[in-house]
Amino acid sequence: MIEAGLAYALSSRRAADIVGAWPAWMTRIKRRLRTASGATVALLLPLSLLVLWTVSAALEWLPPQILPAPTDVEHGLAEMWRSGDLLRHTGISLQRVVYGFGIGAIVGLALGIAMGLSRTVEDYVRPLFTAFAQVPTLGWIPLLMLLVGIGEGLKILVIAKAAFVPMTLNSFAGIRGVPPAYGEVAALFRFNRWQLLHKVVLPGAIAPIFTGVRYGLTHAWMALVAVELLASSEGLGYLLVWGRQMFWLDAVMIAMVMIGIVGFGLDKLMAVIERRLQRWRFADGTDAVRS
Amino acid sequence: MTTQPQHHASRGRRTLRGLTLPVLLLIVWETASHLRLVDPRILPPLEQVARTAIAQITDEDLLYHLAASLVRDIAGFTIGTVAGIVLGTLLGLSRLADRLVAPTFNGVRQIAILAWIPLISIWFGFGEAAKVAFIAAAALIPVVLNTTEGMRSASNQLVEVGQALRFTPTQLVTRLYLPSALPSILTGVHLALIYSWVASVGAEYFMTVGPGIGGLIIAGRERFQMDLVMLGILILGLVGFLINRGASAVEAWLLRWRPH
Repeated sequence: MIEAGLAYALSSRRAADIVGAWPAWMTRIKRRLRTASGATVALLLPLSLLVLWTVSAALEWLPPQILPAPTDVEHGLAEMWRSGDLLRHTGISLQRVVYGFGIGAIVGLALGIAMGLSRTVEDYVRPLFTAFAQVPTLGWIPLLMLLVGIGEGLKILVIAKAAFVPMTLNSFAGIRGVPPAYGEVAALFRFNRWQLLHKVVLPGAIAPIFTGVRYGLTHAWMALVAVELLASSEGLGYLLVWGRQMFWLDAVMIAMVMIGIVGFGLDKLMAVIERRLQRWRFADGTDAVRS
Repeated sequence: MTTQPQHHASRGRRTLRGLTLPVLLLIVWETASHLRLVDPRILPPLEQVARTAIAQITDEDLLYHLAASLVRDIAGFTIGTVAGIVLGTLLGLSRLADRLVAPTFNGVRQIAILAWIPLISIWFGFGEAAKVAFIAAAALIPVVLNTTEGMRSASNQLVEVGQALRFTPTQLVTRLYLPSALPSILTGVHLALIYSWVASVGAEYFMTVGPGIGGLIIAGRERFQMDLVMLGILILGLVGFLINRGASAVEAWLLRWRPH
C-alpha cells in the first residue's frame, strides 16, 4: 500500500513537471485523488513518521526518556488498558466535563436569553460580563484555587466558566438575530409572551445557540486539561503531569492521544445532535408559526 | 426582543446601568473585607490591591515581568504565524500537499493545545526554547486553517486572468492568491495573537519558573498573596484586551481597500 502511494505521488510529480502549467496538473491530480488512492496518500505521512520513529528507536538516536520506542508505547498502552487505569482516568475527566459543562451551559443559556430578550438586562449585565470574559479561563484558575481550594469544586467551577462565556454570547446573538418579521407574525396571532418565546424566538435562535454549545464544549474540554494539569490527582491531565515527572513519555503520549480522541468525539457527538435538531427545526419550526 | 417597540435608553442612562453591578460588587467586596466577613487574605481590601500594584511597578519588577511575557509572546507568535502562512498556502494551493498533510494535521490538532506542554518541555528542554515552541504551536493552528481557506476562496475568474497574462506560479501566489486570501489570513493572525497571549501565560504556569506575568500569578498563589494574583489577572485581561483592539484596528487598516 505504501509503495503504491509513493509511486503514485512520484508519478503525479512527474506529471506536474511535464505539463508545467499549474491548473492543468492540479486538475489532473484532483481527478486521480477522487479515486480510492486518497486514503493511501493520507496515510503516507503518518506511516513514514512511524517508520522514522521505529528506526530512530532501533538505532537509539535519542534516549528513551526523550523518545520512547513505539513498542514501549504499545506496551504502556496494553498495560494501562489491562489495569483499567486509562479508562478510569478518562471516565473521571469526562464526568468533570459533563458536570461543569452542564452547569456553565445552563447558566450561560439563561443569561444569554435574558440579555437577548430585555435591553434593560443587557444594559445592566453586559459590561460586567464583558470584563469577566476578558480574562481567559487560565487566568481565573489560580484565583479560584485560593478561593475554593483544589478540590472537585475547583474543577467544576473552572470548566463551567469556560462553557459559560461562549454559551452566553451565542444565545444572546441568536435571540437578537431572530428576524423581526417573525415577531410581527406572532403579534398578528396574538401570541402571549410564553408562546412567543418557545414557539418563535427559541426555534429561531436554535442554530446560533447550538454553535454556543459546541464552542462551550470545546472550551470546557480545554479548561479540563488546564485545571487537571495544575491541580489534580486523577484524570487525563494528571496522567500527563505524572508521566512527565516520571519521564514516562509513553504515558504522556497515550494521555495526549486520549485527550484528542475524547475531544474529537465530544464535538462529533454535538454535530450529530445539532443535525437532528436542525431537521426538527425545519420540519416543525415553520409549523409553529402557522398553527 | 424583536416584537415590542424597542425602548432605547439614553446613552448616559445605559452607562449608569452598566456601572451599577460592578460598583455594587466593589462595595460588597470592600465592606466584606473591612468587616472581616471574609478572611482578608482571601479577599484583600481594594486599597491593598492598589498599594500592591503601585509597589510592584515602582519598587519591584512588574514591568520587567510584563516585558518578559510580551517578548516571549511576540517571538512565538512570529514563528508560528510565518510557518502557518507558508503551510497554509501550500495546503490551499496544492491538492497533493493537502491530501498528504491535511489529514495528519487535522488529527494532531484535535489534541488540546495545553496537553502538548509536557512533551514540548521534555523535547525542547526546560528553558526559553520550550516556551517559545509552545506559543508558536498555539499560533500556528488558526493561521494554517484560515490561510488554507483563504487560498481556496480566490475567484476562478481572477486565476484565469492571471493565466491569460502568463503569470508565473510565483506571480500567481504573490499577486493573486495572497492578496485575495488576505482577509482570511488576517482573521487567522488575529486569532493567533489572542491564542499566543494565552499560551504565553500557560507556558509560564506549567514550565519552569522564570520572569513573566504567568509566573507572577503562580508565585502569588503559592505565597498566598491574593492581591498579587488579582493584579496579575488584571494585567492578563488588560493586555489581552489591548492586543485584541490593536489587532482589529490593524486589520481594518490593512483591508481599507476593500469595498464595503
